[in-house]
Amino acid sequence: MRTLRTLAVLPLLLLLAGCDMVVMSPSGDIAAQQRDLIVISTLLMLLIIVPVIALTLLFAWRYRASNKEATYDPDWHHSTQLEVVIWAAPLVIIIALGAITWTSTHLLDPYRPLGRIDENRPLSEGVKPLEVRAVALDWKWLFIYPDLGVATVNELAAPVDTPINFRITSSTVMNSFFIPALAGQIYAMAGMETKLHAVINKPGVYDGFSANYSGAGFSDMRFKFHGVDQAGFDAWVAKARESGQTLDRAGYLELEKPSVREPVKLYANVENELFDAILNMCVDTQKMCMKDMMRIDAQGGMGKAGLGNVFALQYDKPRTRGGHTAPPKRFIAAVCTPEAPRDGETVERVTPRPDGRRASAAGLPAAQTAMAPGAAVLPE
Amino acid sequence: MTPSPVEESVLFGRLSLNALPLHEPILVATFAAVAIGGVAVIGALTYHRLWGWLWREWLTSIDHKKIGIMYVILGLVMLLRGFADAIMMRLQQAIAFGGSEGYLPPHHYDQIFTAHGVIMIFFVAMPLITGFMNYIVPLQIGARDVAFPFLNNFSFWMTTSGAVLVMASLFVGEFAATGWLAYPPLSGIAYSPGVGVDYYIWALQIAGVGTLLSGVNLIATIVKMRAPGMSMMRLPVFTWTALCSNVLIVASFPVLTAALALLSLDRYVGTAFFTNDFGGSAMMYVNLIWIWGHPEVYILILPAFGIFSEVVATYCGKRLFGYASMVYATVVITILSYLVWLHHFFTMGSGASVNSFFGITTMIISIPTGAKIFNWLFTMYRGRIRFELPMMWTVSFMVTFVIGGMTGVLLAVPPADFVLHNSLFLIAHFHNVIIGGVLFGLFAGIAYWFPKVTGFKLDEFWGRISFWCWTIGFYVAFMPLYVLGLMGVTRRMSRFEDPSLQIFFVIAAFGAVLIAGGIASFLIQLVVSFRKREQLKDTTGDPWDGRTLEWSTSSPPPAYNFAFTPVVHDLDAWHDMKKRGYVRPTDGFMPIHMPKNTWAGIVLSGVSLICGFALVWHIWWLAAASFAALVSLAIIHTFNYARDFHIPAADVTATEAERTKLLAAGA
Repeated sequence: MRTLRTLAVLPLLLLLAGCDMVVMSPSGDIAAQQRDLIVISTLLMLLIIVPVIALTLLFAWRYRASNKEATYDPDWHHSTQLEVVIWAAPLVIIIALGAITWTSTHLLDPYRPLGRIDENRPLSEGVKPLEVRAVALDWKWLFIYPDLGVATVNELAAPVDTPINFRITSSTVMNSFFIPALAGQIYAMAGMETKLHAVINKPGVYDGFSANYSGAGFSDMRFKFHGVDQAGFDAWVAKARESGQTLDRAGYLELEKPSVREPVKLYANVENELFDAILNMCVDTQKMCMKDMMRIDAQGGMGKAGLGNVFALQYDKPRTRGGHTAPPKRFIAAVCTPEAPRDGETVERVTPRPDGRRASAAGLPAAQTAMAPGAAVLPE
Repeated sequence: MTPSPVEESVLFGRLSLNALPLHEPILVATFAAVAIGGVAVIGALTYHRLWGWLWREWLTSIDHKKIGIMYVILGLVMLLRGFADAIMMRLQQAIAFGGSEGYLPPHHYDQIFTAHGVIMIFFVAMPLITGFMNYIVPLQIGARDVAFPFLNNFSFWMTTSGAVLVMASLFVGEFAATGWLAYPPLSGIAYSPGVGVDYYIWALQIAGVGTLLSGVNLIATIVKMRAPGMSMMRLPVFTWTALCSNVLIVASFPVLTAALALLSLDRYVGTAFFTNDFGGSAMMYVNLIWIWGHPEVYILILPAFGIFSEVVATYCGKRLFGYASMVYATVVITILSYLVWLHHFFTMGSGASVNSFFGITTMIISIPTGAKIFNWLFTMYRGRIRFELPMMWTVSFMVTFVIGGMTGVLLAVPPADFVLHNSLFLIAHFHNVIIGGVLFGLFAGIAYWFPKVTGFKLDEFWGRISFWCWTIGFYVAFMPLYVLGLMGVTRRMSRFEDPSLQIFFVIAAFGAVLIAGGIASFLIQLVVSFRKREQLKDTTGDPWDGRTLEWSTSSPPPAYNFAFTPVVHDLDAWHDMKKRGYVRPTDGFMPIHMPKNTWAGIVLSGVSLICGFALVWHIWWLAAASFAALVSLAIIHTFNYARDFHIPAADVTATEAERTKLLAAGA
């Protein structure tokens, strides 16, 4: 296995000596396994690709019209044995590759917690992974360390050989969170959470960026990922704490406004539950959290009485890019907003019940269930 | 970059003088060139009094051959635009390093890569492929036209209207800056409030009507109009691939239409299908667009496979090896192409089992594709290969395409895709299969069928120069992108920090220049061939010792294609007829029933274009008026009962006698 890999990588390395092929020589165990998979799959396919290319050139040369010595057999157009071979040969390769695909896709599923530090070191019991929350903003990255209470913009650090659990989302459009040296990418989408588990094995400074086009500032949506030893990481955290800055909801709403080439920022404190509020699109306390609305809907919704809630879900429009005015009349919004009830119809507003049973009865902190006035009460 | 708020007026909607990009010198110069060129063409047509001829012989023609030629012309014209975008991108990426911004601001650059993708797929590859199917399929099955001749004309003009709308966005307003598939929420009204995405939506919707109808038309033609004796298993391979390709069109384009319709509802009336808020889900759009998008790839490549099959059999002087397995491989690919769409977004977090399923179905497609490659290979085995231009393109294709196929299967392994997705490796891969497969196939087809269409062959010298420029240019332009992908460089970047990458972009730009040489030599080849047409003339109608029915008629074929409908006894019908001593009938001709020209196609499409433009700019009164006009004109057209005529027997006799003379002179 190891020799096979060395053999495969050698010619590639020789060919491209001097250029830094981060995908082929990564520094994290997950990315290294992904690299191995690229090498193995390529070798497997070359078993059939090389003969095909060679035969194409050989036949093209050998059976050229000017070569009168070559056999010419214009009526030969079928051979059952050959047909079996030409269907079976790719089939065999694909069966092998399919088996590798099935197992590797499950083993390297980004949602799967790590089982090892690298190929020689299993993960010891009781190691606490580093929790990181990544948020793609227009056009910069926000990283929150919930266990440490610090946050950064456009800079990420992690101790080597410690598993990192990423939870990823976006504030507006789709991006893709990618540090090639560390592990494969995963999309960042607003209102949704994706996960990535990875570990960095070698100290160093690596490139991270968005790998999915997200608008005008996309090219600058880059950050540095510092893989450091534990002491270095502690120092880095201490530096963040010294900054004295706090990232609260108001600060976030300011931060998320479109900007390019945002300098690195460190925050000593970050408001609890900020990531959860970003994910549920309710950092603005005037907005209703998506999960609360979903819970209400899951219990059957509130009928007409719930119309009042809908306005509190509006999220995209206040973030409109560019200076264009949106089309003046929005049909659905006109029907649904409590400000504009349909003719001859008044929207019933439900007042909170005296016992205070609100949507947060399910145990949610009050901060996330902040909603438009008079809205969001569970149906009777 | 941020235009000032636009007030909508009743008369002009959002359209105002600010929409003209007068501040963009590149666009002003382009517009000047286009305007001068346009005026010159219009002047020449007027001076030579050709308007009437153009209207009667071409614009209103329902002859499948003329429509096929017009499709190819549309595709080639749009190729120049799409390639201009490509070379601008290569130039930008080659110079935008370190602190340099390059010469294109992101706002402009992002429109260029979007337009490049949209134009190359929808308005270059699709019209060229459809043009070939239109021209060749009826001839290969011994028919006199397609099943619905008016629909054919209408389809062509709808496709053209879509292309015109995209071109209009260059000079009036802007085009989408979203990437060629316009993923929401970026393409939603909140994050793309301008007209760009609306241009995108309406151009594709209008062109999509044309594509869908042409698909219906060709399926009906192939199923119902084959010459007597031509069973499905005697169908020429190109026609088989055309059939499968059109089945894919008919089954997948409605999905695109629906996805774009939902997106336009989001943008125009404020629904929330793909928004972040109100419970919308952008993932739904991504799924829908790729349920269309992946079959689309096979819509393009299958007919190219068909062209290679015809070419390889003809120039090897040998029946195609494994015809039946070729047919089954095509059908299997057709079906499987619906089961792989998710491989375009493994990184969305679908879970390991879902990802593995789609990864493995993708790999399975490589089995029939591999079988096809082997079939061409063993057709060459014990053949007598004449290396005319089409055969050169075929060999170049076989070598190039398997490399693209290999990187494609690599990308189908989900964990490998996690590090290669959206990288320049991916860009290199799909250009490898689309240029190395579809485009090489189209050039092979052009060289192969050109004498059939015009009556003279293409000039060999300039053809070879074009061939080598394209082949070498492709490798020089795209191999560096594979390397860059492995260096972790992502796509759609308008500038870079790492100076060590620059050399690869410079090499790639040089490759693009070589490809430009390939395109220029191709155009020179057309001009040179036209000037040398007497020398290159083919009077036989069968210059390559062809095997299928299109070579049995004259070059160019008469309006009625075949004086008598041929009777088919074997695969490779014309080869079989020649072998059995076929004698061409010279008398006993009868009047031939043919469809009549109609104004309806071009007029209806023109009105659709106006409607699309009005919708883009929110000129509601014009949109309503043109839509009403569209419906009324369509109804009026149904009252046109003078839809057919007979070519008198005397005319047929005269045409055929002319050919008899030519054949005798040539012999």
